[in-house]
Amino acid sequence: MVFFYPKGRREKAMKKILSGNEAIARGAYEAGVSFAAAYPGTPSTEILETISREYQAIHSEWTPNEKVALEVAVGASYAGARALAIMKHVGVNVAADPLMTLPYTLVRGGIVLISADDPELFSSQNEQDNRHYARFAKIAMLEPSSSQEAKDFTKEAFRVSEEYGTPVMVRTTTRISHSMGIVELGEAEERKDPSLERHPAEWVMLPANARRRHPVIEDRVVALKKLANTIPMNRVEMSERGLGIISSGVAYQYAKEAFPKASFLKLGMPYPFPDEMVREFASQVKELWVVEELDPFMEEMVKALGISCHGKDRIPMCGELNPDIIRAAISGEPVLKPVPAALPGRPPSMCPGCPHRSMLYALRRNKCFIAGDIGCYTLGFLPPLDAIDTCLCMGAGINHAHGMSKVFGPGREKLAAVIGDSTFYHSGITGLLNLAYNRGAAVIVILDNRTTAMTGSQNHPGTGVTIGGDKTTSLDLEGLVKALGIEWVRTINPYGVKNARAVVKEALEYDGPAVIISKAPCVLLKTRAVPGTPLAVDHDKCTGCKVCISIGCPALEFKDEKAHINDVCVGCSVCAELCPAGAIGGDV
Amino acid sequence: MNVLMTGVGGQGIILASDVLSEVMMRHGCDVKKSEIHGMAQRGGSVMSHVRFSDHVFSPLIPYGSCDILLSFEELETARYMPYLNGSTRIIINRFRLSPPTVIAGKETYPDITPLLREKTNNVHLVDGSALAMELGNPRGVNVVLLGTLSTLLEPAETLWIETISDMLPAKIRAANIEGFKRGAQLNVQ
Repeated sequence: MVFFYPKGRREKAMKKILSGNEAIARGAYEAGVSFAAAYPGTPSTEILETISREYQAIHSEWTPNEKVALEVAVGASYAGARALAIMKHVGVNVAADPLMTLPYTLVRGGIVLISADDPELFSSQNEQDNRHYARFAKIAMLEPSSSQEAKDFTKEAFRVSEEYGTPVMVRTTTRISHSMGIVELGEAEERKDPSLERHPAEWVMLPANARRRHPVIEDRVVALKKLANTIPMNRVEMSERGLGIISSGVAYQYAKEAFPKASFLKLGMPYPFPDEMVREFASQVKELWVVEELDPFMEEMVKALGISCHGKDRIPMCGELNPDIIRAAISGEPVLKPVPAALPGRPPSMCPGCPHRSMLYALRRNKCFIAGDIGCYTLGFLPPLDAIDTCLCMGAGINHAHGMSKVFGPGREKLAAVIGDSTFYHSGITGLLNLAYNRGAAVIVILDNRTTAMTGSQNHPGTGVTIGGDKTTSLDLEGLVKALGIEWVRTINPYGVKNARAVVKEALEYDGPAVIISKAPCVLLKTRAVPGTPLAVDHDKCTGCKVCISIGCPALEFKDEKAHINDVCVGCSVCAELCPAGAIGGDV
Repeated sequence: MNVLMTGVGGQGIILASDVLSEVMMRHGCDVKKSEIHGMAQRGGSVMSHVRFSDHVFSPLIPYGSCDILLSFEELETARYMPYLNGSTRIIINRFRLSPPTVIAGKETYPDITPLLREKTNNVHLVDGSALAMELGNPRGVNVVLLGTLSTLLEPAETLWIETISDMLPAKIRAANIEGFKRGAQLNVQ
C-alpha cells in the first residue's frame, strides 16, 4: 500500500500497517542490505517492488529467472555486501543448483533467500513445502508468523548468516506475505562497504575444496542447533499443561486463536530443529500436538527424538489451515469444510481484448496439440477456447512438443507450444535451442505481450526498461530465435486472426522447427494496440451463429438469439473479423 | 471485531479495507487483515478479512464469527455464508454484476435475500453505487460504503476523514471525503 503522508509526517509514523511482503522489504532496508534480486512470482512479487519503490538505497533488479537471482546475490555477498534473493516456492527449484553448493562456500556479506510458498495453490502449479529445502541444503530457516516477525526475522536472518557463515532461508506462505498487520519500524543499519577479497579454497568448489568444506557444513548444523535452542524467536508460552502445541508460521496464529489457553512451543527457527527445547516442552505437557501446514516437517523431527505426538494423523496435509480446521482436529470432531451456497462463480479469464485469445484460437482451429506454459495464456485452458493441453512448469511446453515430435516422427501429428515472452526468457531459450539442435518438428508460438503480465506487469529483458524505470538494452527476440538455429520465423500481429490462422497453417506445413512471434502489448499496458472504445452488434445483420462467442471474450454476451457486446469491450476487433455476417463494427 | 468485505475486482475493496485497518490502528487497536491477490483479476470475486481488538492472532476470521459483512455486490454477499451467525450485521450495496455463466445465459442471477434471511434478519440494502454516481464519482463507491460502515464503529468521523486525507492523493481527496460523509448518512441502524 502506498501511503500519501503529508510532508514531515512519514518520519513520525513509527508504526505502520504492512503486508508480510512489505515488512520483509522493510527488514532488508533496516538490515542495511545493498543488493536484492528476484523473478516475479505470486505470492513473493511485492517484496522487490516495495524495495524498488520505497528503499532505493538498495540496488534492486528483476532477473530473467530465480537461478540468476540467487547467483547475482551471491556475487554481491562475496563482495562483502548484504544481499537478498527473492522467489516463490517453485522458483527455488530453478535456483536449487546454486542453493545446494552455496552452503559449502564462505559467506562474507549476509546472504538470505526468501521462499514464498503457496499452500492452497491460490496462484501456483503445486503446493510443495519448501521447508524441506532448508534441511536438504543444511541451512538455517526462519519462519515468521506475522508482518512484525517478517520484518524482524529478515533482519535477524542477516545476523545469523554472517555470524554462522551460512545462507539463511526465510520461508513465508501466501497468508503471511499477503496479510497485513502492525509493524514497529526501526532504524536502518549502516550498509557495509564492499571490498574485493580472494578466497579460492572456499569459493572454488572443485572436488578437493568441496570435500574439505563439507565437514564445515556438518559442524555448522550442530552450532545452529545450539542456536535454535537459545534464540529468542524459539519460545515457550507455558499455560495449561493438558494440551501442548508445537507450531510455526501462520499455523501458530490459527492454533492460538483456536486454543488460547494451551501451552505453546512457538518456533521462529524450526531448522535446525531445537531438540532440547522440544524434549523439555514435551515432558511438561500431557498431550502433544504439532500444528503445521502441508508436510509433517516438524512432526517427523519430533518423532525422530522418540517423542510421540499428534499431527498429520488428524490435521490435513493438503491446502491451507485455519482456526476451525485446527479446533476440530484437536477436539476430535470431524474436520468440516463448510459447503458454500451454490452460486454462479467468477473464474479468472483472459481480459477483453487480450492478444493471446486470437492466437490460441488460431492454433485450436488448426487442430494442433497445444503444449502450454505458465502465464495468463494458461487460462486458455478454459472453455470455450479449450486451447491448452499441458502446463507443467516454466519453460516446459516447448520441450513437450519436441519430445512428442521425436516419438511421432515427421508429419504424423500437428504439434505446437505456446510460451509468453517473460517465460521464454526465464527458461524457454534452452528448450528452443534444443528443438533447433535436435531438429524437432513443432510450431512454437512466443506470445510476446511486452511484459510479465500474470504477476502484474513487471519489466523484463525484452521491454528495454529496468525495475526502477531506467532505459536499458532491449532484447531482439527475432534475432535471438534465429541465433538459436531456427530458420523459419515469422513475427505477426495476432489481432489479425485470419492471418494468424494462415501463418499457423504454413508453419505446420514446414518440415522442421518453426517459430511464430505473436507480438502485441498486453491490454493492461498503456502501450496497448487497441482503440479502447467498445464495438457494437448490428442486430439486423446478426444471424445468431455464435462464431464470435467461440473466442470466449467477456465482452460478448448471447441473449435472445443474438450476440451483444457489453461495455468491457476495448475494440480489438477480433470478433468483427470473424463474424461471417459482417454484423460487428465500431459505428453500428 | 471481525469485518468481512466482499465484492468483485475493480470496486476498490482493497483500498477500503486498507483505510479501515489504518483507522482502527490509529484508534489504538491491534489490526490484522487478509486477502488474496494474484489471479483475482478484474471481475473476479474479492474478499477481505479485517480483524481488530486488543490483540489479534489469526488474520482469517473463524467461521461463524463475522460481526459485520460489508458487501459491495449483491451476489457476492451470499458466497461467504459460513462466516455468518445469527447476529451478523449485513450491509449490501445495491449493485449487480452478472457472472460469466449468467452473461452466457446458462444461469440466472440468483435472489440472495432468502439465503441470507436463513442466517439473520439484520440485513440492510443501501444505494451506495447510486449515491457515488449521483456525486459524479462512480469509482468512489468504496468510501461511500466506508462512510456507512463508520456509523457502526467506535472511531469518530474526524479520525476517518484525517486518515482518508492521509491515504488518498490530493486530487481525489475532496471528492472522497464528500462521498464518505454522504455514505455515513445512509441508514443501517
